[in-house]
Amino acid sequence: MTPKQLVIYLMSGPETPALAEAAVEGGADLVELGFPFSDPLADGPVIRRAAEKALAQGMRTQACLDVLAAARERVSVPLVPMTYSSLLEAYGWERFGEDARAAGATTVIVADLPAGDRPELRRIQLVAPTSTDERIRLAAKQTDGWLYLVTVTGTTGSRSEVSSTLAGFAARARAAARDVPIYAGFGISTPEQARTVAELTDGIVVGSRAVEVAEEGPAALREYVGSLRRALDDG
Amino acid sequence: MSATYGTYGGRYVPETLIPALDELSSAWEAALADEAFRAELDHLSRTYAGRPTPLTLAERFAPSKRLYLKREDLLHTGAHKLNNALGQAVLAQRLGKQRIVAETGAGQHGVATATVCARFGFDCVVYMGSEDMRRQRPNVERMGLLGAEVRPVEFGTKTLKEATSEAIRDWITNVEDTHYLIGSCVGPAPYPEIVRELQAVIGRETREQILETEGRLPDSVLACVGGGSNAIGMFAGFLDDADVEIVGVEAAGAASLGSGRAGVLHGSRSSVLADEDGQIADAHSISAGLDYPGVGPEHAFLRDSGRARYVGTTDEEALEAFRRLTRTEGIIPALEPAHALARVEELDAELIVVCLSGRGDKDLAEVLAR
Repeated sequence: MTPKQLVIYLMSGPETPALAEAAVEGGADLVELGFPFSDPLADGPVIRRAAEKALAQGMRTQACLDVLAAARERVSVPLVPMTYSSLLEAYGWERFGEDARAAGATTVIVADLPAGDRPELRRIQLVAPTSTDERIRLAAKQTDGWLYLVTVTGTTGSRSEVSSTLAGFAARARAAARDVPIYAGFGISTPEQARTVAELTDGIVVGSRAVEVAEEGPAALREYVGSLRRALDDG
Repeated sequence: MSATYGTYGGRYVPETLIPALDELSSAWEAALADEAFRAELDHLSRTYAGRPTPLTLAERFAPSKRLYLKREDLLHTGAHKLNNALGQAVLAQRLGKQRIVAETGAGQHGVATATVCARFGFDCVVYMGSEDMRRQRPNVERMGLLGAEVRPVEFGTKTLKEATSEAIRDWITNVEDTHYLIGSCVGPAPYPEIVRELQAVIGRETREQILETEGRLPDSVLACVGGGSNAIGMFAGFLDDADVEIVGVEAAGAASLGSGRAGVLHGSRSSVLADEDGQIADAHSISAGLDYPGVGPEHAFLRDSGRARYVGTTDEEALEAFRRLTRTEGIIPALEPAHALARVEELDAELIVVCLSGRGDKDLAEVLAR
């Protein structure tokens, strides 16, 4: 059986290449790199504040691409920028996709660009508990590698419990997505939640909690990611 | 993508909202085709809101012109915002939603929303920047009296931009039982179209009234533009009349159309104040209702097509017009339409209509402090 995939989200910043390396050492299979936007509608307070801080540090699009390239030098796992339409509109939609790949990205995620829009931009598509089966099929058809299940109706950020509706949603997504792998994210922060969610999916994404731990430095992040890795492998 | 205005508009929102926007589009189309919806809204507009609003000749304010004011300040709750709030409340009832969430800048949309929620028995949450709560205190108190919960937004600019983001995040979280009652012709499709149609009553009435009073169409119509809902409602009545000049007036420090660039904010592509990386810039205006770095996508389209032109008014010019209208006509305008009034004299036009979108009670503290 394929091991469950562990995706860790980090906000772009000067320390990010070292943090990405620590996350991979801890057992991350893929690292998402947040390219900060001033008005991130899909994000809760932790990632919103991290974006504000990153922007204050000058983390504009080109600087983020440089961080991506620097991270690429240090790790071999897939790296995936996650951002918002406004940055692509300003940078050029096609040019963004090309330059991100040139800097070492495997693909991209655009949090406010639903499936069906701009299909020419190859990216990982997101589906939500509110998505119809028809929309899940569309997203699975257009997605670039795996399908990102948003486990909750809500923004990014830790929740105390895994949504009770996730099992039904994951089953529905599995049926509609067929052989496209499904990874679940939003609201997952503890090893126990990671294990529970991974039983229903092919992988999990941890964002807000990883961003919080990353503020304590690479060693803390390596240890935290390791705890998630063990939960997935022992599960 | 439905309801785009040229290259503007669209639905740049997280996937979670797409089914709700589809549901809203269907409900809206069904409502438009339903005589009963029209009749209910028309009845409420006449017996609850106070439509039609009068057209007032302002001879002492502009002695060298024939300037008419479309008196949306006389509408219940004191601004044009109620036209939209009432219509969306009837729509929310048809959708079976129990909870309403809204954003507000100057507080006029928040008050209109709290009002219709009291009238229809909906739970009501209004997001408002803490800076706007400070400068529009009376409206915060009115919303509380009406039974709404006003949630302060303490981060970023602490104004309308952040309040809108928080309202959308609330909607994402509570989309199953909540209707997002957006206050302007912005946001993802179909909102710009819904708000335009609900505000178009301003332009329809104005057109009829000016033809009846003057026997001809105006040379120019003016309205202030923040998100642009009173303006699009007024303009809608005259877009097909090629000889009528259409002028939108922005706050000079929040000129999304005058000095913005194509960008994506709050779910649609439009002209926004942003830097070269697409990061949204801060707007600055004495008027909380115009203090917004985005604008409705149809305005961006009208600007590019040349059918409307957009000019700016400074804080000082708006204050001067505010004081002058008060002293010459005995009408205290909101600071927002005072921006449009400030541009009247320099027009070549003789017969002019300005949309007086709201009354100025809410602005007294801000004006008296100057």
